[in-house]
Amino acid sequence: MADVKEAVKEKSMVIQKEMLANLFTELSTAKENGKKVVYTFVPGNITELILAMDMLPVYPEINALQSGMRKKSGSYIKDAEKVGFSEDVCTYVKCDIGMMLNGNIGPTGEKLPEPDLLLLSYTGCFTFMKWFENLERLYPGVEIAMLHTPYQEDGKITEDQVNYMVKQLKEDVIPKMEKVAGKKLDYDRLSKMLENSSKAEDLWVQVLQSAKNVPSPIDAYFAGVYYMGPLNTAFRGTEIALEYYQELHNEVFERMKLGLHPVTPEGEMKEERFRLVVEGPPNWTNFREFWKIFYDMGAVIVASTYTKVGGLYDQGFRHDPEKPLESLAKYCMGCYTNLNLPQRVDLLEHYIKEYKADGFLINSIKSCNSFSAGQLLMMREIEQRCGIPVGFIESDLVDPRYFSYANIKNRLESYFQMLGQRKVIMEQEGQTV
Amino acid sequence: MSKYYLGVDLGSTTSKAVIINEQDEIIGRGITNTRANYSVAADIARDEALYNARFSVLKKNLAAEIKARPEYKKYIDDLESVFQYEQFKVRLDNLGEELVKTCNAFFKDGKKRDEILGHLRNIRRSFKPKIKYDYIYNNLGSKNQFFRDVVSEKYNEEVNKLDSSLFEPLMTVWDKSITPAENKVVTFDFKKLIEEAMELLKEKYENLPERAENISIESERAFDTEMYLLKGDFKNVSETLHERIDEIANLEFNIENMTGTGYGRALLPFPESCIRSEILCHAFGAHAVFPNTRTVLDIGGQDTKAIQVDKYGLVTSFQMNDRCAAGCGRYLGYIADEMSISLNELGPMAMKAEKEVTICSTCTVFAGAELRELTNVGEKREDILGGLHKAIIMRAMSLIARSGGVFNEFTFTGGVARNQAVIKYLTQLVRENYGEGIKINIHTDSIFMGALGGAMFARRNINVDLPDAKKKKQQVVTETSN
Repeated sequence: MADVKEAVKEKSMVIQKEMLANLFTELSTAKENGKKVVYTFVPGNITELILAMDMLPVYPEINALQSGMRKKSGSYIKDAEKVGFSEDVCTYVKCDIGMMLNGNIGPTGEKLPEPDLLLLSYTGCFTFMKWFENLERLYPGVEIAMLHTPYQEDGKITEDQVNYMVKQLKEDVIPKMEKVAGKKLDYDRLSKMLENSSKAEDLWVQVLQSAKNVPSPIDAYFAGVYYMGPLNTAFRGTEIALEYYQELHNEVFERMKLGLHPVTPEGEMKEERFRLVVEGPPNWTNFREFWKIFYDMGAVIVASTYTKVGGLYDQGFRHDPEKPLESLAKYCMGCYTNLNLPQRVDLLEHYIKEYKADGFLINSIKSCNSFSAGQLLMMREIEQRCGIPVGFIESDLVDPRYFSYANIKNRLESYFQMLGQRKVIMEQEGQTV
Repeated sequence: MSKYYLGVDLGSTTSKAVIINEQDEIIGRGITNTRANYSVAADIARDEALYNARFSVLKKNLAAEIKARPEYKKYIDDLESVFQYEQFKVRLDNLGEELVKTCNAFFKDGKKRDEILGHLRNIRRSFKPKIKYDYIYNNLGSKNQFFRDVVSEKYNEEVNKLDSSLFEPLMTVWDKSITPAENKVVTFDFKKLIEEAMELLKEKYENLPERAENISIESERAFDTEMYLLKGDFKNVSETLHERIDEIANLEFNIENMTGTGYGRALLPFPESCIRSEILCHAFGAHAVFPNTRTVLDIGGQDTKAIQVDKYGLVTSFQMNDRCAAGCGRYLGYIADEMSISLNELGPMAMKAEKEVTICSTCTVFAGAELRELTNVGEKREDILGGLHKAIIMRAMSLIARSGGVFNEFTFTGGVARNQAVIKYLTQLVRENYGEGIKINIHTDSIFMGALGGAMFARRNINVDLPDAKKKKQQVVTETSN
């Protein structure tokens, strides 16, 4: 890969990079500055509560994916396997454990502080629970708080479920957080943050929906994972996040006005041949190569489910400053992997229609049961309901051993040719695709 | 002038070429083993398909006469077989030269070198007439007819007759010579070769004993009544056909368009716009031959594909084995090696199974170990093979299920579709799982389905028009205009 040119970046991406750099610097000096550190996960996170109590969040799966993108995950995973983690364990977990075994040096090269609190706010992924059990052994005596998140078994969030979660927050989670933070939760401050969240969420939804435009000004998967970053992690509810989304919004709408195509690391796309909806997380170890296959084929992802792991804002959810705890409860229960399979299929069908997609593609992740279970069934259902070509590829989050470039490229090439020929034949037959 | 279309399917094990006419009829087929030099494999398959196409045209031109006179057909069939031998002979001579060259370079000790050279001469002397006989008397049967396989088998036979101390030097020389010999590009002059073949045929029939009783048991094929029918009138038949054969030898084959597909498609010396995914080609070929096809199963050398198609033959979804080639053609090849039998004997032996021994199909290499273990505990070879064949189909069934199941009609393609035992278990399991009403299609040309689909795409000239190809085209235009 000697001839890889430097990746092209948008202005908002540069802003985000600075935000992250500042966060990691702040984390590296947390102990000196008397800041408390909370380890928590992205889905169903309650970041506003953490920030409102002046604590700093660390998201182990973000560190894992960052290690993956920086080609460090392979050796971390190997080290975790050396101490007994099996080949079948989630590779985010193994990458994170491996990183800790190697001195807990974060993706920017700065040391990450030890946790003062392990805050498990989403139990939809069973692995998260096991992950923190392991971290507890690595950091004996660390404070633990767990928020049990009911699964949307019946396809809706009931009042009882909300009350159940609010009760947990009030009686267990917030008191533990207050104990660690050494201060009481300021509800006014929380509400102010939730108001910021809500405003940023409005902007984010408009960015996502810009992809309904033909041609789409954004790639809602490969670029989407960058766009969703601040809102999904340590910055939700902050002023800087609001500024970021304002900048992103301006950029995207400017591009749309000019009829421009998405910006990719290889440069701006020149044409939009295929519009796709993608289910499943991307692969991080070969992220750019993976994206390039789509770029080369003129394929744009117009909607993806992965960008909804941090919340389904495009389906109407907003954090509510008037009802802070209720809205945090609903937020936790509303993240994508907490939906049942029929809801997920309905959502995909909606995306395919609303975003005028030519095809539906699944990137099935070996490591992630939350995502991968039921995907074949979903694919079949979509094929029947929407009558569009469906594709299925397999890779992994951060284990480079499970990204087979030749296999993936071969399947994707076939898939794009399938889409291309369908267009030609349908035109010949006088039908719309 | 008639237009023809070429499809080349460069698989992991074999390379296939098909030529079709404007009516989508297959008029030429060529197949060879895939080798280190992909381009040579593609050329050999293509040339073979072109020669075969000439014979097809000949048979078509003579359709009425052949119907009235079976000895015409016999003559043409014999001629095609002898024609193949003529090509084989050239390759054999090339191999001979290569063997001598290797020997001279490899053995520094003159005495040793002369000894090995002597053995090589004897080996060649003894297997050359056997190969000639097999071709001339159509004695190859269902055996693999690839140059490498045919000569390897004969060479091994001869080496095994010698003292075991010679095994290593002779096999070393062989290993170093076969690949360069096989990868050598040979251009044949059809007309010259066909003349030679006709001479050889003449020799065959002139020397054929008058009455069947006088024939040695060795040449039992000579009891063929058609052959005697032809012998009786050989001069007349050959003279009558000579002119017609000249016609096809002079025929200019106009390949209007072509498509390359298969595992090694990116390495084919084809323009990028003529390269197409094998999934699409297999589906298109299968659908063209059996237009009601909705589900296609293709078991090739290294991969198994379950493909769903719509009424236009377009793929709507597909699944392929991702991490392991167990359950594919190579699995069978490996098992055949483990059992020291030929690939073509596997199916017939498995058909004799009285029960199917349960065998794990997740790994080819483990299956080999399992095979030895089962033999140790006294399981019969036939029953083990029955189990192995069933295991392959069980794996394919799981892939089919992933792709959405079997829809009527179901077409089975790929090299493995020639194996009777595979067909038996596939039929059984498809019917058990998806109902008795499923119609299962298997074509005699199943191995050529990908190449056929490619040729059909070429005839329809459906350009996928990928941005990359377009870019390159533009580049070429700019460069030329500069």
